[in-house]
Order: sequence, then C-alpha cells, then structure tokens
Amino acid sequence: MLGYAGKILHVDLTTGKMETEPLKEELAKKYIGGIGLGMRLYLDNSKPGVDPFNPENPLVLATGPLSGTMVPTGGNGHAFVSKSPQSFGVGEAKSHGHFGAEMKRAGYDAIIFKGRAEKPVYLWVDDDAVQLMDAKHLWGKSPAETEEAIRNELKDFYIRVASIGVAGEKLVRIACIMNDRTRAAGRCGLGAVMGSKNLKAIAVRGSKDIKVANQERLLELVKIQHERMKGPAARKYRTLGTPENVLVLNALGAMPTNNFTKATFEAADKISGEYLNERFVAKIIGCSSCAMRCEHIAVVPEGPYKGTITRIEYEPLWAIGPNCGVGNLDAILKGMDLSNYYGVDGISVGGIIGFAMDLYEHGLITKEDAGLELEFGNHEAMLEMIKRISLREGIGDTLAEGVKIAAEKIGKDAAKYAVHIKGVEMTGYDIRGLKTAALGYAVSFRGADHNRHGSYGPDVAGKVNRFKAEKGRGKIVKETEDMYTVIDSLIVCKFSRGTYFEGFKDLAALYSAVTGIEMTPEELRMAGERINNLGRLINIREGLTRKDDHMPWKVMNVPIPDEGVAKGSFVSQADLDLLLDDYYEVRGWTREGVPTLEKLSETGMNDMVHIVREASK
Amino acid sequence: MAAVPKAESAKWKMVSCDPDKCTGCSVCEYICSLTKDNAFSTQKSRIRSLRLNPLVNISIACRLCSPAPCVTACPREALTQSEQTGVIMIDDDKCDGCSWCIEACDYGAITLHPELKKVRICDLCEKEKDGPRCVKWCPEEALDFVTKEVLSQKARIAVTKKLFKEALEAAGVKV
Repeated sequence: MLGYAGKILHVDLTTGKMETEPLKEELAKKYIGGIGLGMRLYLDNSKPGVDPFNPENPLVLATGPLSGTMVPTGGNGHAFVSKSPQSFGVGEAKSHGHFGAEMKRAGYDAIIFKGRAEKPVYLWVDDDAVQLMDAKHLWGKSPAETEEAIRNELKDFYIRVASIGVAGEKLVRIACIMNDRTRAAGRCGLGAVMGSKNLKAIAVRGSKDIKVANQERLLELVKIQHERMKGPAARKYRTLGTPENVLVLNALGAMPTNNFTKATFEAADKISGEYLNERFVAKIIGCSSCAMRCEHIAVVPEGPYKGTITRIEYEPLWAIGPNCGVGNLDAILKGMDLSNYYGVDGISVGGIIGFAMDLYEHGLITKEDAGLELEFGNHEAMLEMIKRISLREGIGDTLAEGVKIAAEKIGKDAAKYAVHIKGVEMTGYDIRGLKTAALGYAVSFRGADHNRHGSYGPDVAGKVNRFKAEKGRGKIVKETEDMYTVIDSLIVCKFSRGTYFEGFKDLAALYSAVTGIEMTPEELRMAGERINNLGRLINIREGLTRKDDHMPWKVMNVPIPDEGVAKGSFVSQADLDLLLDDYYEVRGWTREGVPTLEKLSETGMNDMVHIVREASK
Repeated sequence: MAAVPKAESAKWKMVSCDPDKCTGCSVCEYICSLTKDNAFSTQKSRIRSLRLNPLVNISIACRLCSPAPCVTACPREALTQSEQTGVIMIDDDKCDGCSWCIEACDYGAITLHPELKKVRICDLCEKEKDGPRCVKWCPEEALDFVTKEVLSQKARIAVTKKLFKEALEAAGVKV
C-alpha cells in the first residue's frame, strides 16, 4: 500500500490527547482518499444530529493516495470534511497548493479533529512530533499573516500552513480554510467549524520519502499527462483561465446578474478574461507537481486599489462582480483580496451581498438597516459589506449566517431572494436555462455547486437541449458525479479532467502505479458511485430528504427576462420532479431519494444499512 | 586549493532557471529526488524550488562557482571540483555533515541529506545519457542546461529587445 502514508492521526482538542491508528487497506481501496476517505472517517467518528459547532462534530482533513507524488495536479491536494454549518448535511471542500503534499510527507493520510481547545491553538505537525501550540498571538490575523508568523516563529520557510481568518474565528458560516496564501478550501463554511474548535491553523513539515510501487510505469504515465496538459485539453486554464467563462456564459444568457435578476451583464467586456489578461495578470503560477499552471495572479495597476495582488478565478469574480451588478474590475480584485484576507468563501460572500442588494432594492432592507446605500452596482458598498460580514458588524452579523438563515431572520418575503440550495449560496451558472446543470445542482450533496457534477458541460457545449427537462439527464448527471467524486478523492485537480482521455482507465492506471493496489477502471468507477452514495447517506442520517433537492425560489419563479436565446426560461416544479425521478431511478434510489438495500449491497456498503432503515421509520 | 583554469570553466554547463518562466510547481524537486533517491522528497532534491510570493518563483541548483567557496570551506577536504565539468564531487567517506559548505554557499544550492547526514550537490545527472533530468522534465521549459557565456548572451538579447522594442517592431521584427 504505497502512496498512502498508512496512518490516521486523531487530535482531541479538549484534552490535548493525540493518537494514531493505521489506515486499513480495504478502507483505502473502497474510499480512495480525499473526500471519499474523509466522508467515511467523518461518518465513523460522528454522531447524528450534532450541531456543526458542537465540539463533538469532528473536522476531518484528508490527503489522497497521489499526494506527495509527481502525478501532475495529484501531488498537492487536500480535503476538509465536516458537518456544514450552512447545509447541516455533509460539508466538504478541497484545496491545492503545497500543503497536501507536505502533510503526506509528514506521514498522515488524515487528521481527525474533535473537541474544542480552551484557548486558541494551532497544530504543529513536524513528522512524528505533533503538538498543540498557543495561538493567542495569531487570533485576528489573516491566513497569509498567520502563515508568515508561524514560519517565522518555527524558523522554517518551507512549513506549509492551512489556517482560518477572522471570519472563521467569528463563526461566519461561509468561512473558508486557506493555505499557501491564495488557495482556499472554500465552500460549506468549514472554516467556521475550525473556528468553533478554537483551532487557528494547522502547520506541517514533512521529511519522509514518498515511495511508489512502479516507478517506471508512473513516469511513463506522468510523461503522457505532461504532454496532454501542454495541449488543447488544458488550453483554457493556461491562457485566459476560468475568467474565459465571462464572455462564453454571457453570450449564452447564462451568467446570473444582480442576484439572478437577469442572465446577462452589460459590462461583461470590462470584466472578461481577455480584458484581465491584457491589463491585470502579472504572472501565472502552478501548484506543487502541476504541469498545467492555471493560477492567474492579478495586480491592480492604478487607482484607489493600486497594488492589490490577488489570485483570480471566474466564480468569485462573478459573485462579487455581475451578481452584485459590479463591473469595476479594480474593485472586484480588491474584493477577492479582502475575501482571502478575512477568510471567507469568495463565492458565497458575493451571493450574500447580491442577496442584500436585492432586498435593499425591494425595500426589505432600508438604508438605516444597512448603514449604507446598497444598490446593485455600488462597488464601494460591496467592499464594505465583505468587511462587515466577515467581522459580523451591523447588518453583517445577520448576513454572516448565510442567505438562508439570514432570510429567516429578516422575515417577510426575504426567502424569495435567497438564492441557495441546501443553505449554500449559488455559483455562477444561471441554471434557469441550463437544465442538466439544474439537476446536478439540486442533487449535489454539499449544496449549490457546479463542482460536484460539472453537468453544465453538456448544456454549455450544446450537446443537449439545455432549455428542456427530459429523461436521460439523470444518467448524464450520475456519470459526471461519479467521475467528479473520484477526482476529489484521488485528489487530482478538476481543471485537469480533460486530460484523462480514457477517463477511469487513466486514473486507475495512476492509482495502481502509485499504490501497487490493483484497481480496474470499473472498480474505480464503482468507488465513485459508492462515494456519491456515501455523501447522500450522511445527508439522510442528518435528516435531509427529497425536499432538500430543491431549486432557489427565483430559479423557479422568475423567468429569464433578458432579450436573447434564454429569454423566458425557468425551472418549473414539473421539470424538477421529472429530473429528480429520472436521476433517483438511475441511481437505484427510491422515489424519496434513499439508496435501496440492493444498491447498498451492489456498492459494497452493507455496513450502512442502518442509516437507510432509520430513515424509513 | 587552486582555481580551475579559466579556459576549462568556460565550457562548464549548469542548470539555470528563468524566473519569468518558473511557476513554482517543484516538478524539478520531484524528478531529482526520484532520480537520486528513488523516492519523492523535496528535502533530498539537489535543486530547490522557492516561492517568495506568488509573483516571485525560482528554482536553484549549483552555480559551479570557480573557485568554489564550498570546496574552500570544507575542513575535511571532502569536496573537490571537477576540472572537466565543474561539478562539486563529494567524498562520502570524508564528509561528516558539518555543513560548513552549506554556510559558504551564497545560493543555498547545497542540502544535507536528512538520513545519511552527508551533503548533496547537483551533479548535473552525469550518469544520465541526456543530461539533467530536471531540465528535461520542467513543464515550463524554465530550466536550461547552459554555459555562463550562453546565459549572458541570452540576457543581452533580452535586454536589447526590450530597449529597442519600437525600432524592431518598425522594422517588422516580432518582439
């Protein structure tokens, strides 16, 4: 079992007790690593119905079997798993950079945090020497400042740090966990779970060898991946990066604007990937082991935000840009920098601000409530709101709960403007006119997200009639989901997905060459299916049902108003029911969306039968 | 120890990194440690990658100084420099890991092998038939295997292109 470190570390923050246990090969092969192994360890180490901020709610950090190797994009990932303070179901988020590889070299496949430290602490993992360190002096610092302070006090520049910002400390429900300055395990609010444990950071240094089973074979495979990554399969990420989406989605009438009021943005030209590359991008960098390089580092050249340096991606750009009606790229870049500074998910924070602006425009929040003029397009207000949400100042305190809970607190019709699924804010695809994607979003076990399924792909590429809900979409979503869970478990980067020309076959070959565990493409696909079922089972255990596979109110009730191809499109209840029925059937689930006993048996999950039985009571 | 004759050192080729192209991916570290130690280990790599901040990335290997301060600094005469290639050769029987050479190196190009407690320096993959493997594997072609003369030529050409950008463009030369 090479590739894996073979060891899981348990950290009880209440007592300070640490223990290790071996990782069993059977568990490793079935759940791979990353989110798969992380969710399984979460399930085994948690009790149902626990509040996400209860010390009993574990936070799991997992690397993948490829972490620390030269597999391009595979060498560097890590995943966090816990109960999400937004969805109250399973929360998971991955990040790349250099942290995951370092943790593997330190000798751990996973770290499970339980309990709550009495005072702020950070975990210092120096190979086998693991200790809790005082973090009082780090409390209030940004993730980047925390990383620098820890490197300085431990006197090693190559220490890698994953940490929370002020938002995580203040239990802002969209707080993220950041590493390597610009990388975030962003979604589902896991930074707040970390904050609830008084755990400021995890610092790792690893000096152990990572050995692989078949070195020559692995190098052959890596060479092939390198060649593909230099070719058209990764062109987008190497050139314009994800901001290429701006003009593509805008042309399709699929870029949500003003909190899903419209689906096109008039200032799209001024925030496009093309415009960014020409004026702002100073350098494109890569994560450990990557042969693609995608990370566009932008610098604001002039104006009030001059000198701002930040990583840029489509999703946060969209969220605090078009979704808030903001077309000022200087301010958008400043906003991304602020999100990283405070440690909030750059997507959700834009979702919340767009929501607040929508309420303001409809009179549900007044200028007195907000303390500022919150109309769409006011970029200064957008920046101020990032700060207030992160620090829970004024109305920011309510909004820091995320749009779903905030809408409940604000009352009246606020819920209609809360664009979320399972409590997690939407991402930048207007699913009113992307119906395969609508299904993918509805059933995503971590709430609204494009990265659990990628099923916008066939819609955007025109492979299906994107305005129509029909049978067959369930199969498309299932297949991409099974691939995406494998990608997130190995962990390789989603941006590299186009370079696995033969899908599971390529990925299984990498897995076997590294670990020495024989894995057929079908076994790997089955692992993907198993892990999707596992995500569903955790949600079922936590009380989520078919009604939680829902659409945001606006998606079902406000047809796209923009003149153009997508005009008039929305998702009806009939559409949603048809899509869900089709998907559940393909998944081998009941009409209520519960895996059948046959499905559990087929996927080798007979040890989960009790969850299904409990749910049917 | 006397310096190597100048005529010899002009032919030496070293591994050089172009920071404009380097993305900080550390593939060079992975392939180096795999080649030399049959394992992935950044600490055992003879070339080290460094990201000072997102905009500043570089990888550093032995610069083949002549005379070499590391050789001079070694109290046990464990290090010698090849006249033919400029490579610093390590006599493991003499090296006791005292690390005076590490202190003497201005580039941080020497590492202490964490288990063997002997120092390790880039040997330009002398045993590989097609030269340093990091150069071959660098996905960005940021690494080059070059003489110092070629390096200075490159810098000269680059700076001249920059200075005379307009004139060259007017003459129809793409810069």
